[in-house]
Amino acid sequence: MSKTYNLTTPLSVDDVTQLKAGDIVYLSGIIYTARDAAHKKLIDLLDAGEQLPFDIEGSVIYFVGPTPPKPGDPIGSAGPTTSYRMDSYSPRLINEKKLRGMIGKGKRNQAVIDACVQSKAIYFGATGGAGALLARQIKSAEVIAYPELGPEAIRRLEVVDFPLTVINDTYGQDLYQIGRAQYEVK
Amino acid sequence: MREIKYEDIVKSIRDCIIFSGTNLPKDAYAKMQEAHEKEKSPVAKEVLRQLLENADIAKNEDKPLCQDTGLAVFFVKVGEDLKILGGSLKQAINEGAELGYREGYFRASTCHWDTRANLKDEIGYNLPAVIHFDLVAGDELEIEYAAKGGGSENVSRATVLAPAAGRAGIVAFVKEVVSNAGPNPCPPLTVGVGIGGTFEKAAISSKHALFRELGSKNEDPVLDSMEQELKEELNKLGIGAMGMGGTQTVFGVHIEKNPCHIASLPVSVNVQCHSSRHTKIKF
Ligand code: SF4
Repeated sequence: MSKTYNLTTPLSVDDVTQLKAGDIVYLSGIIYTARDAAHKKLIDLLDAGEQLPFDIEGSVIYFVGPTPPKPGDPIGSAGPTTSYRMDSYSPRLINEKKLRGMIGKGKRNQAVIDACVQSKAIYFGATGGAGALLARQIKSAEVIAYPELGPEAIRRLEVVDFPLTVINDTYGQDLYQIGRAQYEVK
Repeated sequence: MREIKYEDIVKSIRDCIIFSGTNLPKDAYAKMQEAHEKEKSPVAKEVLRQLLENADIAKNEDKPLCQDTGLAVFFVKVGEDLKILGGSLKQAINEGAELGYREGYFRASTCHWDTRANLKDEIGYNLPAVIHFDLVAGDELEIEYAAKGGGSENVSRATVLAPAAGRAGIVAFVKEVVSNAGPNPCPPLTVGVGIGGTFEKAAISSKHALFRELGSKNEDPVLDSMEQELKEELNKLGIGAMGMGGTQTVFGVHIEKNPCHIASLPVSVNVQCHSSRHTKIKF
């Protein structure tokens, strides 16, 4: 049976190993945004042996490219983008830098699922296309790197009770497979 | 000869884009409610509840439904006896699109295919629009607009089957496309299918099929029965809302047909996510 948790970033190994595919998590604290263009830059920094623009250990990266904020709002609509485009980058951040969580939508490849098991990280799903609803849970947003990337810049977000579902847990389980198998009519 | 002012077209396009990006169409909202009622999986039911609430927030606060406000896609029916005063129709549509995306605080999502650099300063904010013109008799002007996001476009597929594959081959191809797409295109989906014509004609038809009102019947009885069959088969896949497993995977399947070459059976599947932003303006 699915359980519900309230967690605050940064996440510890204990925080994430208690979670199982299908659990609901309300996440609060600081999270960072990055899409493919920003991921590529982070990996280039790793290759060059340089420091990353934020402290990645225990952190959570949100795959999102928000709409521009209206005057007075911290951020525009901000739902997840499809995650497979980050598949070639995520394992290194998880294994080498102890990234503890990712938020997106859609399937991940086996390398990401394996990295989640090996180095204890979670892939969370947020509801795609719920950009207006999810933006309500974002209290502040600040561009901290690569402003030239526009919507794809790295932002530091402060979130409160951000609603998530565990898709890939630290035991190699995948909600997309489990859930589908449960309702598939052969 | 009927005349329409350039500025009037620009303004209508602008307003239509802003309205469409923040107001889920009634048919899609009704389908979402129906899916929410019928869904058996508690996880998928919660997703659908969030999506209904999202639509309410977007409407009440004038916020984009989804951060992917898409490429601007237009289907334009223009009468041969119509004159646009003060500029070209194509220019008016692009200008209206740019204004709508910019002033609605929508995202500029067009980029260079290779460098991936955003084209907002080079070509225009979220420009160019993708426009399909159709020249018709008379003096009408009808413009259909859709905001087409990347998630559902990325899983769309086209093929050319052997004629012997027939109806069964088409059904199998559509199932394969939706099954492989899984959670990625943000289900529940509307599945547009284009049959016949040439390779590109089938693809354009599959996109145009998405404009039909959800829940409406196909006028062609054979296509109507195929739509029913496909809807049932696709819901059996168990993908569910956002792919988390469930009984409600598609809102509907819409098919458009064209006559074929004697040697071929082109088929295209254009997948539409639940954020089905489609509108029509008649001038
Ligand atoms: S697939 Fe549709 S709902 Fe999902 S993120 Fe893209 S545009 Fe938004």
